Amino acid sequence: MSAAALHRLSFYRLWAIVRKEFIQMRRDRVTFAMMVGIPLMQLMLFGFAINSDPKHLPTAILAADQGPFARTLVAALRHSDYFALTREPATEAEAARLLQLGDVQFVINLPEDFSRKLLRGEQPTVLIEADATDPAATGPAISAVRAIADTVLNRDLTGPLARLRARAGPIDFQIHAHYNPENITQYNVVPGLMGVVLTMTMVVITALAITRERERGTMENLLATPVRPIEVMVGKILPYIAVGYIQVTLILLAARFIFGVPMIGNLALLYGVSLIFIAANLSMGITFSTLAQNQLQAVQMAFFFFLPSILLSGFMFPFRGMPQWAQWVGSCLPNTHFLRIVRGILLKGNGLAEIAPEIWPLLLFLAVAMTVGVKRYRQTLD
Amino acid sequence: MSPTDLAIDVTGVTKKFDGKTVVDAIDLSVRRGEIYGFLGPNGSGKTTFIRMLCGLLTPDAGQGTCLGYDVLTQQAEIKRHVGYMTQRFSYYEDLSIRENLDFIARIYDVSDRAAAVQHSLERLGLQNRSAQLAGQLSGGWKQRLALAACLIHNPQLLLLDEPTAGVDPKARREFWDEIHQLAAAGLTVLITTHYMDEAERCHRLAYLAYGKLLARGTLAEVLAGARLNTWRVTGPGLLELAAGLRGRPGVEQVVAFGNTLHVSGRDAAKLDAAINAVRDPRHEWTRVRSGLEDVFISLMDEAKDNFA
Ligand SMILES: Nc1ncnc2c1ncn2[C@@H]1O[C@H](COP(=O)(O)OP(=O)(O)OP(=O)(O)O)[C@@H](O)[C@H]1O
Ligand SMILES: [Mg+2]
Repeated sequence: MSAAALHRLSFYRLWAIVRKEFIQMRRDRVTFAMMVGIPLMQLMLFGFAINSDPKHLPTAILAADQGPFARTLVAALRHSDYFALTREPATEAEAARLLQLGDVQFVINLPEDFSRKLLRGEQPTVLIEADATDPAATGPAISAVRAIADTVLNRDLTGPLARLRARAGPIDFQIHAHYNPENITQYNVVPGLMGVVLTMTMVVITALAITRERERGTMENLLATPVRPIEVMVGKILPYIAVGYIQVTLILLAARFIFGVPMIGNLALLYGVSLIFIAANLSMGITFSTLAQNQLQAVQMAFFFFLPSILLSGFMFPFRGMPQWAQWVGSCLPNTHFLRIVRGILLKGNGLAEIAPEIWPLLLFLAVAMTVGVKRYRQTLD
Repeated sequence: MSPTDLAIDVTGVTKKFDGKTVVDAIDLSVRRGEIYGFLGPNGSGKTTFIRMLCGLLTPDAGQGTCLGYDVLTQQAEIKRHVGYMTQRFSYYEDLSIRENLDFIARIYDVSDRAAAVQHSLERLGLQNRSAQLAGQLSGGWKQRLALAACLIHNPQLLLLDEPTAGVDPKARREFWDEIHQLAAAGLTVLITTHYMDEAERCHRLAYLAYGKLLARGTLAEVLAGARLNTWRVTGPGLLELAAGLRGRPGVEQVVAFGNTLHVSGRDAAKLDAAINAVRDPRHEWTRVRSGLEDVFISLMDEAKDNFA
């Protein structure tokens, strides 16, 4: 037998590990129940709305009218806490694209005849298009817009123009909520749960996988056989990918039939991208289990990963409402990106092109976690 | 002797943990087809040495071969041809006996796996319990399962780390009969044990203490090499006699065996002088052959004086 043949990855050995993991999974009823029970329990818990009052939401302004009143309104919006005027798209198509990509939360559209109509007392229409997938993020900002307009324009409408103030409201704001027009919180929370549930169970389960072998002494035996680190790792990941898909399916079924969440996008695409996310979490868990000395430590590490994944990913609080440092931390977590992908596909009907910016961070995370895991996996007991 | 006749041939093997030398420059050669006993007190480095042989630990110094493969660089090849039975049971307790054997057979890519599993179940008389979970087996049965599992890929060398700890005498005897059959068929066996009767069943022995190899050779060679003199005393008042002997120059061991007392020491002249000082006509003194245990304890005491 040549040395090369010995060092090649053996699918035979890989399959031996996969089979063994499946048998052990089947025997460990408690863990198996947990893997099915956790998604259901969390669906119940988080089915309730979680609210907050996010500020500085990125907004695109499409100002066809450059008149004094339009400028005043734009300036007032700029100074309000709720909006950050980050983009000035040239066309409506460009604005729509920004909204779909999630680059902005709102598009404010001032019509060409804004100042003219205002002066004539004709109540000009200002269209506010909102990405309402996360109603907690958009709701407060939308209610703020009316108040802002009333105050600033009342200040400007003086002298002969004061008569315009007497009207119920000088401007007719038309709010156009995209993607989740009724602002139903569950539409946002339930798809978000998918990432949370997968993060929680996948990381914990695999974090235990290697630590358990070490704690029970079976690692010594495994290391004395010709099995290679990558075979052990992949062999331990594959069975849990199946479990991850069971969870995804459970949540989608609940989303559809219990919470009535609309599913506009391509479910096959969602299942495909889920693979990357599941594998990323499993690799993270495996990496933890090469670091932990015992099972308790492994669970604690998994928990430390889980907390920011739930708090800073945009699941618990609107991502843009968080301070900058928290957004940075959040951006490093796979759940943040997966959350946007799931909401994008289900609620906005995003395709591969729109979610691509969220896919590569997932792939990067997967590559790093897997590399660290394989590097850290010791082939000896030293 | 040509190197190919040696299953294990290592020199200067050393291992340190946190600066403490646990295995200290050990040279060992084991011939093919030999049953080699590896003895030594707790913590003397037996398990550590075996782990270095099969690639589980990297030696800090030393070199050599195991089955003709370099212990430092060809660990993958060594692993394919060695059966290692760990000191602690290390198969899956939540897998059945058959599943464990099947798993190991798959890992080693055994040809005709089903037959190999069935054969090892039958040889060990486990076929009726093949569906039982390994975790539910008694200690003795776990040992049998472990032996069956580490034989499944037809290894050329067996490394058995205290395979008979906690096993009843009859099962122990059967175990040793099996080991002798395997050795007769050409398998080399390196076995650690704390039982003296088992040590006597080995072809050759090595005695390790404080990480150093203190004695090696056949049973007769080890006994002769220790130059230990032992007297057996019978008669009344042995307890007082023992108290009177302990601590006298030349008296190294005073051990009670039922109604007799064994007194031994390496320096024959000093020992005789000590015995003459307490001689009492009611006692009967006989010169006897030193036992392996006496020799080992003497070796350990000597080593303690020298190294500890
Ligand atoms: N991984 C390790 N890290 C640090 N020290 C270790 C490690 N493994 C073993 N030791 C130490 O090395 C020494 C030798 O241990 P070893 O297990 O080889 O002894 P042994 O001869 O097999 O003992 P026993 O008869 O009790 O099985 C002990 O003092 C032990 O504490
Ligand atoms: Mg030991």
